Amino acid sequence: MTIIKMFFSIIAAIFMVLPAMHVCTAENMPEKGSSFPSITLLIPEKDAERAYLGLTGKGTFTIPQIKAELVIVEIYSMYCPYCQKEAPIVNDLYQAIDRKPGLKEKIKIIGIGAGNTTFELDIFRNQYNVQFPLFADESFAVHKKVGEVRTPHFFVLKMNTDGSNKIIYSQTGSIQDSARFLDFILQESGLK
Amino acid sequence: MLNKGRISLYIGIFVLLCVTHVFGASEQFKGKIYNEGVLKPIDSETNLKIGMIAPDFTLPSISGEKISLSQYLGKKNVVISFVPAAWTPVCSDQWPGYNITKSFFEKYDAILLGITVDNIPTLFAWTQEMGNLWFPVLSDFYPHGAVAKKYGILRSKGVSERALFVIDKKGIIRYVDVHDINKRPPFEALVRELEKLEQ
Repeated sequence: MTIIKMFFSIIAAIFMVLPAMHVCTAENMPEKGSSFPSITLLIPEKDAERAYLGLTGKGTFTIPQIKAELVIVEIYSMYCPYCQKEAPIVNDLYQAIDRKPGLKEKIKIIGIGAGNTTFELDIFRNQYNVQFPLFADESFAVHKKVGEVRTPHFFVLKMNTDGSNKIIYSQTGSIQDSARFLDFILQESGLK
Repeated sequence: MLNKGRISLYIGIFVLLCVTHVFGASEQFKGKIYNEGVLKPIDSETNLKIGMIAPDFTLPSISGEKISLSQYLGKKNVVISFVPAAWTPVCSDQWPGYNITKSFFEKYDAILLGITVDNIPTLFAWTQEMGNLWFPVLSDFYPHGAVAKKYGILRSKGVSERALFVIDKKGIIRYVDVHDINKRPPFEALVRELEKLEQ
């Protein structure tokens, strides 16, 4: 009798918690052509990073608030050996954008450290001299929203003037060649 | 009315269902990770405590040499990172991070020793995926899990806990973290303990 009671209690408990499960279950990976999920990130403390993203003040922001026509989002982790190998290539991409007149203001890169603490972000930043802003996703909340993609995963978002956006590139793995990648996303976005 | 037991049951089920397997997501390990799902967080009880002398051991490493804990006496602080098994999600998502933290260990005059109960060929193949690890990786395979057992962290299914031990130059245990096997210890917790060695 006790076992039967316990069984029904567990079944009842599962049904009770199911409505709340959306906060911790992974969503599907947003595909090319769709819009990037709404995520909230902390406004960087460093002046240079706030200026880079065109943000002011403190608190949180969402990706459409970034002053850019294209936003490249890298989902990575300090603990991912592939991401470690990829870091110099992404740095090259940042430099290539930074060097090209007119592109610096239009294209921004951010990195989101899946499962990483702020301390761990700093280790990665210092190890590879990363110049673009990195954000901690310690609880994997963003990682779940983007479909628990493998790392590194790159999303390129074309930002529309009405605040909406469209994913024009979504791929796991290396971007291979920073110059060719830049050329590709410029063409895909119509910026070239 | 909900009684305390029922509330605990709801919370327990919620937490259990919420633990999703997002570790080991590196493209490096694509198709190579064996996921056992959520495991009992801790399945052993160590008698080792801070202030005790760390039990000595000698184990073979993937580089071919044998490593003893006692060889660091008076020379280096030692961090031992036991991880349960090669080719599993969280373990594959822990040592690659340590591979870019060498400067922290150097700063506190410490060496890191990585230990699992896997055999040498398995450890060799697994760590090859992580790049060139700067720290020794030791096999506690035969007699199976003997060092993990000595440290009181051998689980009932024959793998070790996910555990960190900090041992000072005198061979005294200064930190023990037998961690939830399903989670990775944040690196800063270890750094805080290494900082204490200097005090």
